[in-house]
Amino acid sequence: MSYQARFKVWRGDADGGGLVDYEVTVNEGEVVLDIIHRLQATAAPDMAVRWNCKAGKCGSCSAEINGRPRLMCMTRMSVFDPAETITVTPMRAFPVVRDLVTDVSYNYAKAREVPSFVPPAHLKPGEYRMHQEDVGRVQEFRKCIECFLCQDTCHVVRDHEENKTAFAGPRFLMRVAELDMHPLDAAAEEGLDRRRGAREDHGLGYCNITKCCSEVCPEHIKITDNALIPLKERVVDRSYDPLVWLGNKIRRRGAEHAP
Amino acid sequence: MATGTEPDTSAAGDRSARGVHHATRAAIPARHLRRDRWWLQPAATAAGLLAFIVYSTWRAFAGSDYYAAPYVSPFYSPCLAENCADMPGGADWEIVGSWWALSPALLVLIFPLGFRLTCYYYRKAYYRGFWASPPACAVPEPHAKYSGESRFPLVLQNIHRYFFYFAVLVAGVLTYDAALGFRDENGAWGHMGLGTLVMLANIALIWAYTLSCHSCRHIVGGRLRTFSKHPVRYRMWTWVSVLNARHMQLAWASLVSVAVADLYVYLVASGAFDDPRFF
Repeated sequence: MSYQARFKVWRGDADGGGLVDYEVTVNEGEVVLDIIHRLQATAAPDMAVRWNCKAGKCGSCSAEINGRPRLMCMTRMSVFDPAETITVTPMRAFPVVRDLVTDVSYNYAKAREVPSFVPPAHLKPGEYRMHQEDVGRVQEFRKCIECFLCQDTCHVVRDHEENKTAFAGPRFLMRVAELDMHPLDAAAEEGLDRRRGAREDHGLGYCNITKCCSEVCPEHIKITDNALIPLKERVVDRSYDPLVWLGNKIRRRGAEHAP
Repeated sequence: MATGTEPDTSAAGDRSARGVHHATRAAIPARHLRRDRWWLQPAATAAGLLAFIVYSTWRAFAGSDYYAAPYVSPFYSPCLAENCADMPGGADWEIVGSWWALSPALLVLIFPLGFRLTCYYYRKAYYRGFWASPPACAVPEPHAKYSGESRFPLVLQNIHRYFFYFAVLVAGVLTYDAALGFRDENGAWGHMGLGTLVMLANIALIWAYTLSCHSCRHIVGGRLRTFSKHPVRYRMWTWVSVLNARHMQLAWASLVSVAVADLYVYLVASGAFDDPRFF
């Protein structure tokens, strides 16, 4: 069954813009991205939108629908009342490029700041062997499609532009957790302390575990419970455990007084 | 404008402002565009926590009607002051001398209170409910600056695991109290009343909440990198992980059960209610 839906879509660019009203046909089984494409084909041929797979796997069509960060291709029109006016805006944590397209380069900059997997020295490529129970945890994090909805909704950067320098965001703290839990990562052997890095370089302390990243994740990754909190606990092991602190202090004194 | 459209921008706000109104972001005057009842969850959370705070404050400072043999209120166990009610066979240890004149509950409540205050679930609950940081997802927080848990005093949230250790000790004492519920008021075993069931339900929920703690999950196995070398700890980690997925529900259920257990003892001790006896 088809009906005429009312949409408000943000149109504009870095110089300004606003919500523009549209009336558009909606057919049974369609998703919001279908409607945006229909608008491109009819009333707004110059509307900019980033999209690719239409299957919730490429992470391109992230936007905010009725104020909630979502993938347009995974938001069914059937969840809305036909009488409702549906508002579609670009992600509001990132600089806008045009219409529904934002500049997500903040995320790529943060991705580059995370030291990559350090191959173990005693194994050649092809010799890596891992038990399933050792990689089960990090496999969940590998489901990430990098839609950056978690980064968009995280209030640490969404509400505080100034924190973008210090805070990597949930997606990349999850990457740090993934590497720190990886059974073959040899970062420690190379003198790279991922836990200290999580706290000092990637701003883990800014996260106040209010779980919006988990709420919006289209892959249903339990980012907070399975990555960020375990990473916080690992940082506690390293930085806030008085017994570990005392042990390190004694070891350091011993090393200083060694002949 | 590059798109050639003519949107209404007359209501645009101060684009030099912070957060979603930062100059580089899409110019949308509204702070958020959510139309669902996003305020309901933080409001309900704040109301629930406030109700418990009011009730527990009253009961903690009351210093009376917390023991009705064989039941002791979980707020007052273990009882560490000399001014505790006489509890034959109970956790009435009088470690603190007679100088303590306030309610004995205040000596012990600091541990479960600290455990819940630094709990990862309750942190989310009160950051959202009381501090609006954020009130809900994609709803801006009202604060001009934010440093999260990276600075004093919130950096102290990292001591959660030490409160977990104390919480295990307190849960052990409450388990002992629950077992004493199978004695009658004269100390003879083989009794069971409605209060015994209340105590058992409470301690089951307290253990489930305590063991579902994120710090517990880390300590039993989460801190390992290779589970395959530690099969027992891996098994324990999987069990705790199952409980951990229900941490929020267990946090609320155990909060309610503690209050109900205390209220039950209060009603019996004050004579408002007689404990129905099964055998």
